[in-house]
Amino acid sequence: MGRGTGGRTPRPRGSALPYLLVTPAVLALCLALGYPLVRQLVLSFQEFGLAQQFGRPPEWVGLANYRELLTDGYLWRVTARTVVFCLVNAVVTMLLGVGLALVMRAMSTPVRLLTQTGLLFAWAMPVVASLTVWQWLFDTQYGVVNHVLTALGGDFEGHGWLLHPLSFFFVATVVVVWMSVPFVAFTVYAALTQLSEELVEAAEIDGASPAQRLRHVVLPSIRPVLLVVGLLQIIWDLRVFTQIFILQEAGGSASDTNLLGTYIYRLGIGGGDFGTSAAVAVFMLALTVVLTAPYVRAMLRQERSAA
Amino acid sequence: MARPTPRPTRWLANGVGLVAFVLAVFPVYWMVNSSFLDRNEIRNRVPTWVPFGGDLDNFRTVFDGGQFVAALRTSLMVTGLTLVVALGFAFVAAVAVSRFRFRGRMSFIVTLLVIQMIPAEGLFISQYKMLETMELLNTVAGLTIVYVAGVLPFTIWTLRGFVEGVPYELEEAAMMDGCTRVQAFFRVTFPLLAPGLVATGVFGFIQAWNEFTLALVVMTREDQRTLPLWLSTFTDVNRGTDWGGIMAGSTLIAVPVIIFFLVVQGRMASGLTAGAVKG
Repeated sequence: MGRGTGGRTPRPRGSALPYLLVTPAVLALCLALGYPLVRQLVLSFQEFGLAQQFGRPPEWVGLANYRELLTDGYLWRVTARTVVFCLVNAVVTMLLGVGLALVMRAMSTPVRLLTQTGLLFAWAMPVVASLTVWQWLFDTQYGVVNHVLTALGGDFEGHGWLLHPLSFFFVATVVVVWMSVPFVAFTVYAALTQLSEELVEAAEIDGASPAQRLRHVVLPSIRPVLLVVGLLQIIWDLRVFTQIFILQEAGGSASDTNLLGTYIYRLGIGGGDFGTSAAVAVFMLALTVVLTAPYVRAMLRQERSAA
Repeated sequence: MARPTPRPTRWLANGVGLVAFVLAVFPVYWMVNSSFLDRNEIRNRVPTWVPFGGDLDNFRTVFDGGQFVAALRTSLMVTGLTLVVALGFAFVAAVAVSRFRFRGRMSFIVTLLVIQMIPAEGLFISQYKMLETMELLNTVAGLTIVYVAGVLPFTIWTLRGFVEGVPYELEEAAMMDGCTRVQAFFRVTFPLLAPGLVATGVFGFIQAWNEFTLALVVMTREDQRTLPLWLSTFTDVNRGTDWGGIMAGSTLIAVPVIIFFLVVQGRMASGLTAGAVKG
């Protein structure tokens, strides 16, 4: 919609008006993001714990916070856990989302509309509400999941899903994937509708099997969309916070299930060690920047080709 | 679609579609269903699959506590304020970016993109410290400040698309007919933007309404909780979980969002790829 149609003849002049127009936004962003960013960098080089909360001036400790963290096995465990969780979620989401988008093309129209409506409901569901429902579904005593699995012959009566870290992350993955698949399916399906039908037909006439058509014609032609959507999944799944935090509160063991986000929270706001938690936050930002760079480049390329 | 799909393939695809539909919808259905079940039906080994009970007790429990109404008030204030400020700021910035060429324009755009990718968890420690210094913890104003910054980049990005969708030639024509530039903008372009503004506003509303992480950090006092915080503490393990009440609360929070979302989704489709719309 919209972008890059007509209207691309704006005035090339050196007036002050455009600067005036962006000023409120720039000021708001500087206040709420820019200043905290600087402050966080400063904080990460300081000793800032409980004593400082009660008024003692913070002490400069140079790289001590970072050194402490980098030599601490726990941070590396949390980081590894975060990366693995992120990749598993992103891959599962992409496989299901792209697969569903491809299958949607073969559905009859009423079924496709029904499927899309269902996906919209999952997409629209507020995070916290969806978490309460999934907790209820996985409830130890009265949950539907245990009931159905027991009825199917498993021994799941009174099974606690959040107790064991691995099964904790399984539940978290179900919630995250359930919420994320609709976006992928819709975006990829939209890209597929732009696909030229003649091209696919030509490949078919040339004797390409469905798998070959998929691999050599369909997927390459939606490659840019797949790339952007995949990157977004990675970026988003790297910062899963709400799901983990709420499931932890519901009975998971926090230290065994912390990801970077919840670790920062529990270290800083929970534990009062602001210096160290600021250092972890800086580390997380750096990780995000590295992952975001290709996304930004892809978006800018799109931007330029639209202009 | 020119080529008819062969029958067995179509049936298989339809089967997959139906399974996907059920998996996507069931949790939402289950939330609404459970909210109408009374205590005995909820605590039954065999799930009650259909809401023939029609029991409203759970909703009564939600309202009786008084905490729901307090949280609703806080949520409405924060969301409303965020929306007004963010839409205003974003609108003028979007006009600048799409109707003018100026030095720094491209860096502004790149910055917006990068900011959208910053995880809230990466900054909330120092945002907390900042608001603490400003004595704005546990205030609507404090939470609004961080929310505005959170929704601004996406809002500017989307509105920019809508402004660019209105051909500049229309404004030029109006100027030739004797309008000033400001008049031309407000008489010609602005009315055409109304649907875009509404759609973007609804999306900003949904984001602020659902937000959990920053609310958790900024609103530490129980009497200042927003709705998502209220709902999350409802599930406290120590209290012996009242699933009926929780589902009633979830339903009350989710239904308006789902309706809004269904209404604006189509209009926003193009903007979504370009922005971080996720909880």
